[in-house]
Amino acid sequence: MEKVVDPKIYFRTAIVLLVLLAATWMIAYIDLGPFNLIAALAIAITKAIVIALFFMHIQGSSRLLHLAAVAGVMWLLILISLTLSDYFTRSWVQ
Amino acid sequence: MPILTWPVSEESALVHEQFDDIGQQREAAKLGMWIFLATEVLFFGGLFLSYTVYRFAYGHVFVEASRKLDVVIGGANTAVLLISSLLMAFAVRASKLDQRRMLTGLLLGTALLGCVFMSLKGVEYHKDYVDHLVPRLGFKWEGADPGNAELFYWIYFAMTGLHAIHVTVGIGILLVLALLAWRKTFSNGNHNTVEIAGLYWHFVDIVWCFLFPLLYLVGHR
Repeated sequence: MEKVVDPKIYFRTAIVLLVLLAATWMIAYIDLGPFNLIAALAIAITKAIVIALFFMHIQGSSRLLHLAAVAGVMWLLILISLTLSDYFTRSWVQ
Repeated sequence: MPILTWPVSEESALVHEQFDDIGQQREAAKLGMWIFLATEVLFFGGLFLSYTVYRFAYGHVFVEASRKLDVVIGGANTAVLLISSLLMAFAVRASKLDQRRMLTGLLLGTALLGCVFMSLKGVEYHKDYVDHLVPRLGFKWEGADPGNAELFYWIYFAMTGLHAIHVTVGIGILLVLALLAWRKTFSNGNHNTVEIAGLYWHFVDIVWCFLFPLLYLVGHR
């Protein structure tokens, strides 16, 4: 039989996620200028990492699975950064 | 011809012939699922990218358009999916502990919360239609720049629609797994299927964690 995680860890993970949901919701009603977007993204990324680590068991799994999980995000970053480097610099050329 | 038989432990009986042992087989299944999820990241990534480009180009009208969405339904749905993920995590745990009744109940509970999510989404889409926010179907925009406001709702329906398709597929998988769990398919260490279905369900939850702030909470209210 495979080893299983202590139920407390799942409950704590869920509570952290619900607190982060409340935080992102409340921050949206406070005017922080451009930091609203940064805060929303930071919280969303934190939630994704918490879900991956504890619900998807990246915590405690092999290096190979870590690599597969990070690979998808890396390709997404390449897609976004190369495309934005085009859109953001178009106005530089008149 | 007598069929060849030899004494096998319960776990080694589950190992398919291309694998050395049960550990390798389980690792291979999880690796395959994570690679599939990487392709899913890029599948949704294209939509997130188009959102980002237009958000920077037409930020002001995106903020105005976002304010018309129902943030209460969106936020409630986020909580529903988070709790369904908790149940799914416990379902995977129950499958590893070989608790059949618990597993079946948790899979049905997760599927039920998925149905709650889809029902709220349906109510919200209907509300959007009544409020003339659906592109091409009686879309009306009082403020400035109606074309780019409509663009926001195109992106909103494309992203939430693709996500809703994933939730629907997930509910189907969970219901089939609940039936199989009841028929003892996952007993005696055969829990690989439940585990990788769990990975899929958690991924769908992660996607919504990004959709909710980006679509409903754009800018301050």
